[in-house]
Amino acid sequence: MADTHPLVRLETVALIAVGGFAGSNLRFFAMGLLPDVPSIVLVNAVGSAVLAFLVYEADYANRLTARTRLVFTTGVLSSLTTYSTFALQTALAARPLALGGIVAANYGLGLAGVLVGRLLARRFGVPRPTGGETA
Amino acid sequence: MSVLLLEGIDMLGRTAATIDLEPAHVVGTGGAIGASLRYVTTQRVTERLSSERVPLATFVVNVVGSFVLGLVVFAGVGGSTLRLVGTGICGSFTTFSSFSVETVRLYERGDRTLAVANAAVTLVCSLAAIGLAWLLVAVTAL
Repeated sequence: MADTHPLVRLETVALIAVGGFAGSNLRFFAMGLLPDVPSIVLVNAVGSAVLAFLVYEADYANRLTARTRLVFTTGVLSSLTTYSTFALQTALAARPLALGGIVAANYGLGLAGVLVGRLLARRFGVPRPTGGETA
Repeated sequence: MSVLLLEGIDMLGRTAATIDLEPAHVVGTGGAIGASLRYVTTQRVTERLSSERVPLATFVVNVVGSFVLGLVVFAGVGGSTLRLVGTGICGSFTTFSSFSVETVRLYERGDRTLAVANAAVTLVCSLAAIGLAWLLVAVTAL
């Protein structure tokens, strides 16, 4: 951010910290509901999809303020998703097949999530008054 | 009077213990620290090595975070400390969503080789970092 005033920067960091609290708790909640590997695949896929939606929405419609965007992207979503746990699960995989499966699931569904988010941003992001209902 | 005081201390002690063991608070606190550290690190990396082409900051946080998580897990840390440092700080410091969005954006922009390389190199380096963490813990334990 271009904001250089120490107080503004402090406020930005504080907002990101609040987002990080929420995002990590959501991930922790998912880890309680599902087994280790599927829970990380789920948060990574969903987080990638929502982040992609917000990033591409900025390209098309840009309805949110920079501050709101920062709290959700850098704060919540980046903390909801994780690379370290995924990498550790991959490293500790007992068999080559399991290792390949973990990588394929995270990378495959993560990238698929981005494409879904992009598609939704394109569909809902562009302000089109005549959505096709008129003749 | 003295009894009341003792009870107060006892109650304070109990309250502190309860807060200490609440997993969601521990993870959330770690998450707040991890997200702030990621933001500051990203700012620093972008300032020092201003690279529009390569998402270097995300690469750095993911490899460093994987290394630290490896250290914590292989050192045999458990309970609240693992939740704070592992699930909270390392989990939030590293990010998969920024990584996947940045990779797709590279690909869209025409840097297809770079996009594939980013995905591959991030994985290989993170795994190598975990291997290094394991080695460090093994050597230190000797």
